[in-house]
Amino acid sequence: MPTKSIKDKVKPTFFKEHQEKLYQALEDKHTTVEIMKDKDPLGTEMILNMGPQHPATHGVLRLTLQLNGEIIEKAKLDVGYLHRGVEKIAENKTYQEFMPYTDRMDYLSPYSNNVALCTAVEKIANVEVPERAHYIRMIGCELARISSHLLWLGTLVMDAGAVSFFIWTFREREKLYDIFDQLTGHRFTVSHARIGGVANDITDTAMAMIKDFANEFPKEITDWHKLLDRNRIFFDRNEGVGVLKTEEALEKGAAGPTLRGSGYAYDMRTFAPYARYDEVEFEVPTRLEGDNLARYYCRMEEMHESIHIIQQCLDKLPKGPVRTDNAKQAYPSKDEVYYSMEGMIHDFMMTDTGICPPEGAEAYHAVEAPKGELGYFIQSDGTGHPWRMKIKAPSFANLQILEYILDGEMVADTVVIIGGVDPVMGECDK
Amino acid sequence: MPLELNEYLQKVIDRLTERYADSIIDVYQSSGDTFVRIAPEANVDICRYLRNEHHFIYLVDVFGTDRFTSEDRFEVIYNLISLRDRQRIFLKVWLPEENPAIESVTSLWNSANWFERQTYDMFGIRFTNHPDMRRIYMPEDFEYFPLRKEFPLLGIPGSIELPSTTPDIE
Repeated sequence: MPTKSIKDKVKPTFFKEHQEKLYQALEDKHTTVEIMKDKDPLGTEMILNMGPQHPATHGVLRLTLQLNGEIIEKAKLDVGYLHRGVEKIAENKTYQEFMPYTDRMDYLSPYSNNVALCTAVEKIANVEVPERAHYIRMIGCELARISSHLLWLGTLVMDAGAVSFFIWTFREREKLYDIFDQLTGHRFTVSHARIGGVANDITDTAMAMIKDFANEFPKEITDWHKLLDRNRIFFDRNEGVGVLKTEEALEKGAAGPTLRGSGYAYDMRTFAPYARYDEVEFEVPTRLEGDNLARYYCRMEEMHESIHIIQQCLDKLPKGPVRTDNAKQAYPSKDEVYYSMEGMIHDFMMTDTGICPPEGAEAYHAVEAPKGELGYFIQSDGTGHPWRMKIKAPSFANLQILEYILDGEMVADTVVIIGGVDPVMGECDK
Repeated sequence: MPLELNEYLQKVIDRLTERYADSIIDVYQSSGDTFVRIAPEANVDICRYLRNEHHFIYLVDVFGTDRFTSEDRFEVIYNLISLRDRQRIFLKVWLPEENPAIESVTSLWNSANWFERQTYDMFGIRFTNHPDMRRIYMPEDFEYFPLRKEFPLLGIPGSIELPSTTPDIE
């Protein structure tokens, strides 16, 4: 029986044209190197649709896989199920008003996203940030990195078959949520950074909790290393799976730990240091293998480095204000707002008009989010709203490489590879 | 405004203007970032030259903007990085409102694939010789380009067919 075209086999109900084009693209994928088989006598070829509602795709990622037996011949991704158009929304909001939306981009590490937006606005509008605010931001960012990597670790090990491990990493995440609650006033979507500084200073309770966490956490990592590093099952599931070769990694556009796992020590914290990352010591963990295991080691070591950075920040934390004292650039402190007329007017003006960068200015600023380089490109037309705000999302770049690294893998490894790349759909789909 | 380029970027700009004198339209800086506006026809050549000769081997992003002017309405920006020399440079191309189209750089960087699809999806800028020119976020059946300035913030009612929320009543 001759194999029919995929398009004849599927009958989509919704977005017909979209579905048909996706299947067409799957069929057309590298037709230049492979000749489509006319016959399939054993009936081993099939199209497997995975997602968008699938627990192992970490959100609403949809994959269409063309299988030959258990081997993935080709894979195509379909993203956009979480597209909310935040770049369009940004054009209609003031810079500060847009911040809660950034929380919901990479919702596993909201603090990094807040800082990324703030640093970009500060760059375009020439705002000075006090020393203490820089250090508080660094502590927040590194805690967010650990929190994000913990979720990645839990789900990766769960994807590989060990469910109870997920509970252990989430116990540590719970501690981080409590810290964020104390530090910022919110557990999850923190919105703590402000243009020109941060919302409030670290309280003594928060300080004590961060210190406790920084002391206790390395012990937990050691335990996890003991469990996983010599674990035959974990190794067999991850070693040599989803390999992104060093020579291909840059061309395919990988970002963050996925790129570092393939041998490039590209980290925004050392490439173009922001905040006060040039004043603390840390390593950029890099591996050469480019497989899932390499990504595992990179992220585990990054958590170590994060703790190291937090401890240095706590030691160095300078005294002083946490927000710039310029009412044209940043919100005045609440003391001023409640007890002086000028303060209230300034607060109103900041909320109503916001900060206005010079007309025609353009700026790009990137931070190292847990997933990779997270950059904001802003074009200003001189008003309080950006003319254009482009968000360079690391997950978007990382999902793109999935189309390459899934080809030729076993279908059972799909979830592990997705877990190893660690995409967040909120960020990818924007 | 005089440029305050560092030594390395100055060298790159000098070489570029020497080699592609006709294609370099403008070089300027804004907030410390360096932007080079080039002619649309020369984008692949200049990208290849920067990649091969000046080690700008990593394409971070490609994106569009809508300038909303009567001439040269759309803008495509390439964000390039040299890992060896720790430099970042932005290449810009202006495109007309009618049928904006430009040569794809997927032949140089595979990563441009999705970035260009995203630009097409949001602005309707076509990339010629692109291996897979489909929309990426919006469904293929969608007829508008949402990040163009004339597209309303609230969207266009009825532009996407959605599943019934009350499946019992058919």
